[in-house]
Amino acid sequence: MTSFNEWENGYLSMDLLRFTTAGSVDDGKSTLIGRLLYDSKAIFEDQLSAIELSSMQRGEEEVNLALLTDGLKAEREQGITIDVAYRYFASPKRKFIIADTPGHTQYTRNMVTGASTADLALILVDARKGVIEQTVRHSYIASLLQIKHIVLIVNKMDLVAFSEEVYSSIITKYKEITKKLNISNFHSIPICAKKGDNVVTLSENMPWYRGKSLFSLLETVEVEKNKFEHFRFPVQYVIRPQSNEFHDFRGYAGQVAGGKLAVGEDVKILPSGLGTKVITIESFGTQLPYAKTQDSVVITLADDVDICRGDMIVSASNSPIVSQKIKCMICWFNERPLNKTTRYVLRHNTHEVKCKIQEVVYRMNINTLEKDYQNLAINMNDIAEISLKTSLSLYYDSYSKNRHTGSVVLIDETTNETVAAGMII
Amino acid sequence: MTTNYIENHLRELENESIYVFREIAAQFERPAILFSGGKDSILLVHLARKAFYPAKIPFPLVHIDTGHNFAEVIEFRDNFAKEVGVSLIVGSVQKTIEEGKVVEETGHNASRNKLQTVTLLDTIEEYKFDAAIGGGRRDEEKARAKERFFSHRDEFGQWNPKNQRPELWNIYNGRKNMGEHFRVFPISNWTELDVWQYIFMEKIALPSIYFTHDREVFYRDGVLLAYAPYMTLKSNEKVEVKTVRCRTVGDVTCTGLTLSCAENLEDIIKEIAVARVTERGSRWDDKRSETAMEDRKVEGYF
Repeated sequence: MTSFNEWENGYLSMDLLRFTTAGSVDDGKSTLIGRLLYDSKAIFEDQLSAIELSSMQRGEEEVNLALLTDGLKAEREQGITIDVAYRYFASPKRKFIIADTPGHTQYTRNMVTGASTADLALILVDARKGVIEQTVRHSYIASLLQIKHIVLIVNKMDLVAFSEEVYSSIITKYKEITKKLNISNFHSIPICAKKGDNVVTLSENMPWYRGKSLFSLLETVEVEKNKFEHFRFPVQYVIRPQSNEFHDFRGYAGQVAGGKLAVGEDVKILPSGLGTKVITIESFGTQLPYAKTQDSVVITLADDVDICRGDMIVSASNSPIVSQKIKCMICWFNERPLNKTTRYVLRHNTHEVKCKIQEVVYRMNINTLEKDYQNLAINMNDIAEISLKTSLSLYYDSYSKNRHTGSVVLIDETTNETVAAGMII
Repeated sequence: MTTNYIENHLRELENESIYVFREIAAQFERPAILFSGGKDSILLVHLARKAFYPAKIPFPLVHIDTGHNFAEVIEFRDNFAKEVGVSLIVGSVQKTIEEGKVVEETGHNASRNKLQTVTLLDTIEEYKFDAAIGGGRRDEEKARAKERFFSHRDEFGQWNPKNQRPELWNIYNGRKNMGEHFRVFPISNWTELDVWQYIFMEKIALPSIYFTHDREVFYRDGVLLAYAPYMTLKSNEKVEVKTVRCRTVGDVTCTGLTLSCAENLEDIIKEIAVARVTERGSRWDDKRSETAMEDRKVEGYF
């Protein structure tokens, strides 16, 4: 074992990769995740003995690694995963968070949910079946949610005699799909999740494969944090201690949603449009020279301007779009279909407004990638382009430029349920 | 300007948790932090302090006291609340029993763990809390892996795993009807090792039972339990003194101990890094059935 200091320095410089997984019911996704956890030693003895026992009771010959991730009772009975589940493992260099989502048709919403926070998507296909309708759907969602890295996993290579030809023809077919979806680049790996080929260690069965193992790819792929360069800071909470020590303190708390801010910089407040200067950026009393995307900080400003939750502090030199009319791609989540006569609550960052849907432009057929301009009824799991009008102006950037300031959710006022996710065009 | 601000996966988790705390304060009227005196709830309070500094944490701590707690933890709890400057509300399982709302379990495996749920829901109702903030982590147990950050509970405090609100990006929906409430889990994405690494990085103080000490213990079905006068021993069980520490802190009757000589955080992290049994593996309450945690969560457990 390495010395504690070495190890301590190691973990103090680890980073974080969030990824999502998509596959059809029998593609072996749960087995693959079980394998990643098992081979990277993220599984503990008691968990392993629990699934060994379950596998035995179910009369299975080998330990069923899929049982590690199929958590809920109902899933065990049906043998399927029914919701997004989060898994964790780590290598010495990186911590991983997996959003494990099911692949069957009725659960598009779960994949959208899992994809919303992911830096990378694993898309599984069965080597015997190759690219199928669901592969197209999963890839479409990954591109819609603008996931940076897409990894096509060709599983069950053992059942096609580890054939390079089979693998190559699947990749060729997949390239056609990525062209249609404007996915510029993707990774691909032939594996056998059940036996572990190319999952953590490279397989002796596929000497023709010259790439990395999946684990090594996950560990080394560049975690591209937001490239958006203009400062965006949705005000989340106003901090006013009103104590003797901090009598006049008035700080704006939030998480940076784009760009970088340095002490002394000029900023603008939206919606008022007033300009001021940054006096301090702090975290728990520590004065920071700057804040970057995703930092949760408190900012104090030179002028005593009226700012509340839902306002946005932005770079003085670059403003987001300010408008009451927005267009977005939505994924509908609710059993009650979209209703154009209903008012919905729209949440954008920390800002909450009312909205009305003005037009459904088209419904996306996510299996054929055709736009349907005729049948515009939007039901659960449908994806569509819509235009809507909000009760107050939103200050936003398009989702393709900045995920953090380009995403919204719609909430049904009568049930309080989250009914749709939207990506602003 | 600053030297001690390290950027790593722990900072990313911290940023996320602080964001969640601020959402809680903004979206709910009467939130409360569920505080057990264990490391996860101590971490929660630490993150809450960071979220609102230099203001104080804008909600109280709630401890559901089974009456079967480790004395060291109760002492730590009281001092901790004073030091942080936050009010402490104690819900008593003993009182729930005396009021005749629940019947105490008897026999060898008697535990007040399950009865806590009733006291918890009563306390939430009495103080009209609309958000109970817990230290649950998704890596702890398979039912927790599907839990949301903002977890909706109906007016009976029940969790419906099939009708959870989708959570996208970092947009959390805390809207609810009268009588309903939320459980919120700001450290959902932390693992056991993350928690220890962070505690080490931030030099957070913990109750003494996390560190090595001599204690009267006995083995039950392979789990090492602390002996207390209210526990009924089976004929083959024998109390002896061993050098142990706790990996998790709960009620005495269900907290498993590990043989350990770990004197400080450095020793503990070394021990965890090579540990081959999950934390909850030493929790007696999860061993009752394969889906024990899921069953309790549906009823309104933490």
